[in-house]
Amino acid sequence: MPKDSGIGAATRRREDARFLLGSGLYSDDISFLNQTYAVFVRSEVANGIIKTVDTSKAEKMPGVVTVFTGEDFVDVGGNPAGWLINSRNGEPMKEPKRPVLAHGKVRHVGDAYAAVIAETEQQARDAAEKINADIEELPAVIDMASALCGSNFVHNEIGTNQCYDWGWIEDNREATDNAIKNAHHVTTLELVNNRLVPNAMEPRCSIADYHSANDGYTLYTTSQNPHLTRLLISAFVLGIPENKLTVVSPDVGGGFGSKIYHYGEEALVLAAAKRIKRPVRWTATRSESFMTDAHGRDHVTKIELALDKDNNFLAFRTETMANVGAYLSNFSTVTPTILHGTLMAGNYAVPNVYVNVKTVFTNTAPVDAYRGAGRPEATYSLERVIDKAATELGLDPTNLRRQNFIKSDQFPYVTAAGLNYDVGDYDAVMDRLEHNADLKGFAKRRKKSEAKGKLRGLGINSYIEACGIAPSNLIGTLGARVGLYDAATIRVNATGNISVMVGAHSHGQGHETAFPQIVADLLGVDPRNVEIVHGDTSKIPFGMGTYGSRSLAVCGSAIVKGVEKIISKGKKIAAHMMETTHDKVDFDEGVFSVRGTNKTVSFGDVALKAYIPHDFPIEDIEPGLEETAFYDPQNFTYPAGAYACEVEVDPDTGQVTIESFTAADDFGNIINPMIVEGQVHGGLAQGIGQALLEGCVYDGDGQLISASYMDYTMPRAADLPSFIVDHTVRTPSTDNPLGVKGCGEAGAIGSPPTVVNAVVDALRSADHDITHIDMPLTPERVWAAMNN
Amino acid sequence: MYNFEFKQPKTISDAVNALVSDEAQALGGGQTLIPTMKQRLANPSTLVSLTAISEMKGICKNDDGSISIGGGTTHADVASHSDTFFGLKTLAEKIGDAAVRNRGTIGGSLANNDPAACYPAAALSLGATIVTNSREISADVFFQGMFDTALEEGEIIVSVKFPVPSSSSYQKFVQPASRFAMVGVFLSNFGNETRVAVTGASEGGVFRWSEAEAALNKTFSDNSIKDLSIDHKDMIKDIHASKEYRAHLVKVMTKRAVVSAS
Repeated sequence: MPKDSGIGAATRRREDARFLLGSGLYSDDISFLNQTYAVFVRSEVANGIIKTVDTSKAEKMPGVVTVFTGEDFVDVGGNPAGWLINSRNGEPMKEPKRPVLAHGKVRHVGDAYAAVIAETEQQARDAAEKINADIEELPAVIDMASALCGSNFVHNEIGTNQCYDWGWIEDNREATDNAIKNAHHVTTLELVNNRLVPNAMEPRCSIADYHSANDGYTLYTTSQNPHLTRLLISAFVLGIPENKLTVVSPDVGGGFGSKIYHYGEEALVLAAAKRIKRPVRWTATRSESFMTDAHGRDHVTKIELALDKDNNFLAFRTETMANVGAYLSNFSTVTPTILHGTLMAGNYAVPNVYVNVKTVFTNTAPVDAYRGAGRPEATYSLERVIDKAATELGLDPTNLRRQNFIKSDQFPYVTAAGLNYDVGDYDAVMDRLEHNADLKGFAKRRKKSEAKGKLRGLGINSYIEACGIAPSNLIGTLGARVGLYDAATIRVNATGNISVMVGAHSHGQGHETAFPQIVADLLGVDPRNVEIVHGDTSKIPFGMGTYGSRSLAVCGSAIVKGVEKIISKGKKIAAHMMETTHDKVDFDEGVFSVRGTNKTVSFGDVALKAYIPHDFPIEDIEPGLEETAFYDPQNFTYPAGAYACEVEVDPDTGQVTIESFTAADDFGNIINPMIVEGQVHGGLAQGIGQALLEGCVYDGDGQLISASYMDYTMPRAADLPSFIVDHTVRTPSTDNPLGVKGCGEAGAIGSPPTVVNAVVDALRSADHDITHIDMPLTPERVWAAMNN
Repeated sequence: MYNFEFKQPKTISDAVNALVSDEAQALGGGQTLIPTMKQRLANPSTLVSLTAISEMKGICKNDDGSISIGGGTTHADVASHSDTFFGLKTLAEKIGDAAVRNRGTIGGSLANNDPAACYPAAALSLGATIVTNSREISADVFFQGMFDTALEEGEIIVSVKFPVPSSSSYQKFVQPASRFAMVGVFLSNFGNETRVAVTGASEGGVFRWSEAEAALNKTFSDNSIKDLSIDHKDMIKDIHASKEYRAHLVKVMTKRAVVSAS
């Protein structure tokens, strides 16, 4: 039954009022007296030796306060990779230093090698143009295959462009090779997972305020995880003690992964603020966002699927080159490996999986996790090769998937790629999809399209992903250099309302609405009496932030644990108030009662008593009602789903239009179905964008060709159909107290192969012998495929 | 953006005087110039805005049946005015988005002559006359290649005079990112003559497809051009479309224009 409030209610997002009325507080809205402006001088070449950087003219320009070059940061640390990946031969990955400002060499277009601080932004820009750098351009390393065999290195000091050569699972390799060698049928597909620019609506912004009085700093920055940013700056880059650095991420206008990472601009404004004892601010231009935000995807993959004579899957084997760009961004090494290879069994009871990933340095912007982070790449490879196999064998693609699904009675199921799927029901989800998408009516709809001169195609997909990224003890063995718990502090105020300080960060996810629904439900209070505080390291406990669809599963569970502690302490206070012992006190719907009596006290009375402890037995009960809980799960969560897409292709032009898109997802339990649907809609839009529209293009010289919205195609509302979504199949996660799984990335993971499968199906209906087209499926590519 | 001086004359003659200086630049709706200046890729010392000149705005019917559109008239006004006709109206209402249409002007578009702009196709196809502060220029000689026109330094497009065809159609295949014309075909059917102008496709900017015109002048039917093809060698190649694809689209869009104008 739908509820009016609490867990399961489609409560409207309370944060939307301020976002829609323009009264949000974003980093760039923050302003200081006496502030200064930083402007960065960025490389116009992809690869070059910095011979000299002459700042003398710039320093004399009006309004200039100071100038920095790479020289100023030679003695500080580099921005580290957060995850150690070892090569198949046991060697650790190559980790070239990523400096605050480039020194000695520039390595991609947009690589900053100097910065000007001035009284106004205009003055800083004028002065930046006067910096005279002598940079000797070198040939650019762009194509991954050439990068691996050439002798032109992005980082000379490591003597290779290969970061690592990773095998997963190395012990499975021989068995997988044998399964493929002896298979009845092997389907092979080579594909490209296209590079994407994240394009958060709000560009990155960082403002540093230095406090001479205590040698402390406050950094206001667009971050998905302020504590992680603080840790990286403190422990690795600048060495500012954590207790002297507060990081505040107020309202953030979208991240999609790109704002997980610490960037050099943050370190620069901090260093500058201390040098000049004045606040220093920087906001990226949209051009800077295109050139320097960590990009996403960019894999080149060969995948093989082996089947027996009864069409049972025997093995998946992949060889992938993953572009990491010019430097290792914080999670760039885990994204194409652990977050990708471990999902390569998909939803299938396949006995053999082997994944090989070579990660390659190139003279392009760093590449890191972007909505889905590794799982979209895994799903795309799997679901495309399965469709191709169905075509080759003349099988129905839905039935081929169903036949090979892990069945609902097989859970928990340890896959050949090493994950332990706790629960799921893939057939039930596919049933919902077949019903909602009216798959039986497709033939009729195809006829109608053909009557209009259009080719109609149907694409089906099933996906699984791993969310709630954790647990710390497991990821530690896999190379993580951080833990992946989260934390919440529940502060019950004296008047009975509640402030909840959380480690997760909300930048579009609706935490300010969904988290109070949990607290209110568990405590039996009105959700309006619960306020969420996030994004400020001076206020919140040490949490790991928001990415990987983890906030609800991990931080939400910390909230549950914190509330349990509140109830436990509340029982002690209530017992004291009702002159009994705490083990005789029950708590339900906001009321403490003594079992077997009609004695009760309300939650509000207990809260008040906690802060006015005139008659407390102080030796037994501390005053106050505030608890902090850290939660570290035992496993990932495994959202899964099935998607269907119908497209029309204009045979004259190759133009693809999406006629319908149906999503059936199993997200386990759901806190707020409206927010879940919004997340799915957003994910689908991004996935459809990748499939049809978005493509980041560097030319052979390393110039970014798609460097603005004139050439980089963002999905627009008119490109999308009205989505049909369904989340009624719910197999609750067995691993967290809420039974939730996470929904933020599903749409972006499941939709690209669905769209491509549909377009290929449409073309094949007109007897075009096409089995694959690389994304984005622009009109030209589709037309070219039809016309060879 | 660099600093600049801003002038907003109220009359054409004041605008012409303000533009005498070498460093002065006329500003129409600013839909190209302002983004260019924001990127610091243009640096005029003086901007002379034409938006306050009332004699350059509006649409009227002339005694000879043609219509005149003031150079400072916005795309939104052309799209919604009752004296415009089908081809021109649909062209104007598909330029950019609502914000662009509310600011961008016909004079600015023609003077800039972006190879992917829509208006040059209409002007050339319809055989428009570009009226400046000093003379009248036939569209056939006005467009002189990508971003190049017959305009002299400081010359202002006061109005554009369009003959009204018996039927017309503009078929635009958009470049997916910018929504400019990847290929746009404007077809004007004057009963005794059909003119086909193509934008977005050629390295040389807007051009007339004379083979298609000749075929359509014989018989006005999409069948007439089914065996034609256009040479791709002078077509634009970029990350969105090859030369061959653009040449192919010219034919597809022309056929659609014929069907639409039939």
